[in-house]
Amino acid sequence: MGQQILNGLFVGSIYALFAVGYTLVFGVLDILNLAHQAVFMLCAFIALALVESLHLSIWVALPLAILAGGLIGIGLERLAFRPLRGRAGSNISGLISSLAMATVFEAIAAQIFGPDISRFPQGTFPDVQWHPGEATVSLLQICIAGISVLLMAVLTWLLQRTRLGRSIRAVAENPRAARILGIDVDKVISVSFFLSSALAGAAGVLFGLAFNSMSPDVGRSVELKGLAVIILGGMGSVPGAVIAGFAIGLVEVFTVAHVGSSYRDIVSFAVLFIVLVARPRGLFGQIATREA
Amino acid sequence: MEDFYLAYQSLIAFVGINSLLALSVYATLSCGQLSLANAGFMAIGAYTGALLTLHAPQVPFAFVLMASAALPAIVAVPLGLPVLRLRGVFLAIATIGFGEVVRLGFVNWDYTEGAIGLVGIPQRTKPWILWLCVALVVYLLGRLRGSRTGYALEAIREDETAARTMGIETTAYKMAMLCLGAAIAGLAGALEAHFTFIVSPAGYGFGRVVDMLVQAVVGGTALFIGPVVGATFLTILPEILRELGARVGLAPGPFRLFLNGVILLAVILYLPDGIISLPKRLRSSRKRKAA
Amino acid sequence: MLALTNVLRAFGGVKAVDDATFTVERGEVHGLIGPNGAGKTTLLNLISGLMPPTSGSISLDGKRVDRLPPQKVAALGISRTYQNIRLFAGLSAVDNVVVGQHLRRHSPFFKRIIPLPAARAEEAAARAKAMEGLSRVGLRERALTPASSLSYGEQRRVEIARALAAEPKLLLLDEPTAGMNPPEAFEVARLVREVAKEGRSVLLVEHNVRLVMELCDRITVLNFGKVIARGTPAEVGKDPAVIAAYLGDGA
Repeated sequence: MGQQILNGLFVGSIYALFAVGYTLVFGVLDILNLAHQAVFMLCAFIALALVESLHLSIWVALPLAILAGGLIGIGLERLAFRPLRGRAGSNISGLISSLAMATVFEAIAAQIFGPDISRFPQGTFPDVQWHPGEATVSLLQICIAGISVLLMAVLTWLLQRTRLGRSIRAVAENPRAARILGIDVDKVISVSFFLSSALAGAAGVLFGLAFNSMSPDVGRSVELKGLAVIILGGMGSVPGAVIAGFAIGLVEVFTVAHVGSSYRDIVSFAVLFIVLVARPRGLFGQIATREA
Repeated sequence: MEDFYLAYQSLIAFVGINSLLALSVYATLSCGQLSLANAGFMAIGAYTGALLTLHAPQVPFAFVLMASAALPAIVAVPLGLPVLRLRGVFLAIATIGFGEVVRLGFVNWDYTEGAIGLVGIPQRTKPWILWLCVALVVYLLGRLRGSRTGYALEAIREDETAARTMGIETTAYKMAMLCLGAAIAGLAGALEAHFTFIVSPAGYGFGRVVDMLVQAVVGGTALFIGPVVGATFLTILPEILRELGARVGLAPGPFRLFLNGVILLAVILYLPDGIISLPKRLRSSRKRKAA
Repeated sequence: MLALTNVLRAFGGVKAVDDATFTVERGEVHGLIGPNGAGKTTLLNLISGLMPPTSGSISLDGKRVDRLPPQKVAALGISRTYQNIRLFAGLSAVDNVVVGQHLRRHSPFFKRIIPLPAARAEEAAARAKAMEGLSRVGLRERALTPASSLSYGEQRRVEIARALAAEPKLLLLDEPTAGMNPPEAFEVARLVREVAKEGRSVLLVEHNVRLVMELCDRITVLNFGKVIARGTPAEVGKDPAVIAAYLGDGA
């Protein structure tokens, strides 16, 4: 029981980290960025390349990969979202252009790293374990949860306490009004993509370390899981995504333990579906999901 | 000519199957709804057809196909009632959820051999049957254009609220198109199952519905012919370019993926009405040059 | 024919329409005026079923319409235009009018699957009728132009033609002459008179007070959601409450 709760929290922290960036971009642009999972995947591979080829410590590779994720995010926004802004029906075409970018990213990863599973070299992370009571906890798991929580705390602080955060929230609320107030909307959107993709990158590296198995399509399952998380948390709500991420992580672990591993994914999609139909605003969302 | 046909028989069949799938996505897009449930509907159709053929081989193929189209359409009704009220992206997400639940349902269903799926399905999809189905669906969707129903669909796509104040029962039309799309996807699923000998849940994942959507959008969703053009283009092009990629030392899988992505991005940015709008674009740009 | 009884609509604590009661008779041109934010557009939205009133009732020919969805309201014979034009931008002018005929056409789809001559004739007739409708608003030559490429005034006229294509008992016009030049506005006024002569009622929201005074049989004046006056143009023009509302607002 204790072990399951711990495992659920570790997995959940990665889901939450992935989902906060996902939901942030949705809140600002009203666009579902389907390339989020590809940035997640690319950053895991970038960290792998840094560790494997340049023999960097993971503690150097992780921040570098996160930075790379942010930069990829800025490029992604320039290439796939900015040209569509202001076009009729731009949230569906944005969804499709992000899909195109996801495909391109996957192709690049498959060309460089091959379609099969890659792993971090042994000893990338010190193998230290503790046994409090019946449970087992590794240093890696603690670091993953710790880093996730830290990054989410930083994001929350940024959004709530800084000028930048206020600008982001203003654009999310009403881009036209924000522009009138003198906010540089394009810059704010760029920054949101940087933050969102950097967090996706962090989640990707941590996921790669936690499961030590990466392939170019590794992001896809997390993407669908991430959808369940942001719907449950309420589209555009960062605290909602955090709580929902942990909740889905826990539910998954308990489903595996008590129902069977093959039912793990059904539960999150059933949650996604039921929430959309029964309570479309999710736990904390404010964005209208239905036509007026 | 005959050699050519034999060499490319399966490629040509996939042009037909993919055309049907792209048309199934077009059906709901034609009234402005992005539904991504069609891989799920396709799975339901494929399993229905395969189970019928395997357990009741005496049933004529025409009936098998009709059942494979009907069952997904029936399932679409209880799905549509709640989800068609959701706007744009949320409808897409809910239907992705539905598609995954269907796929995972088949993974967990022992009767259909779980994740392995059903094998040894007799090859009953003859080329003429496949192309007859494509022709029927194209004809049906083509006849919609210019009819009272066709106008209502276009109105809903343009402005749902305004359409309602013209007396158009938007929910009924959206539901009808969801069911039609489900039926087409189910039909395509059964045709594919009886061509490739197998059905397996892995074939009906999120990636599959993305392929359908991409083909429809690349071809153009303003006209029923667009999805057929898109499916044909994106099914054949990789085959032509595969050799080219191999010559410069690119692995075929990633290269195909890369091309798909780049083409899709180029179309959505520079040709938002798809390949079918290309002739018109060229004509107007030539006119501008002449002037 | 149209009767509103104690209609109230609140958004949060704000009463956009507060206890409105008035009637529109058959063949009448009824003006609805008032300063900005008086609740005129909200009232049209309530009548056309886009939102339900918080309380009160709206009925057409004695039949309650206030809980019906907009498509049912339209089917009972209420048709409208919008202050912020809502044409189907991607369709041509004539196609917009054809969509407007939706309720008047009887052409089940199965008849079209086999291209029966009857179905084809019905379509040709629909199109011809739509062209007539466009002629009526003086836009026959612009029939094939996409709605989005029409001028502002032309778009308003197509919207009127689209609303008339449903052959409504009651036509709701929300600022039909906004953005029009005087000759265009004059044409719209002439059309409104003609429509009323056919026995249709018109409920007209309009900022051009002179036009309303000339055109309307009766006028209802709203201010802050409340009906502050009603009567013939002459009566309303003399009403001190109306003068105060307009002067007080600086309009």
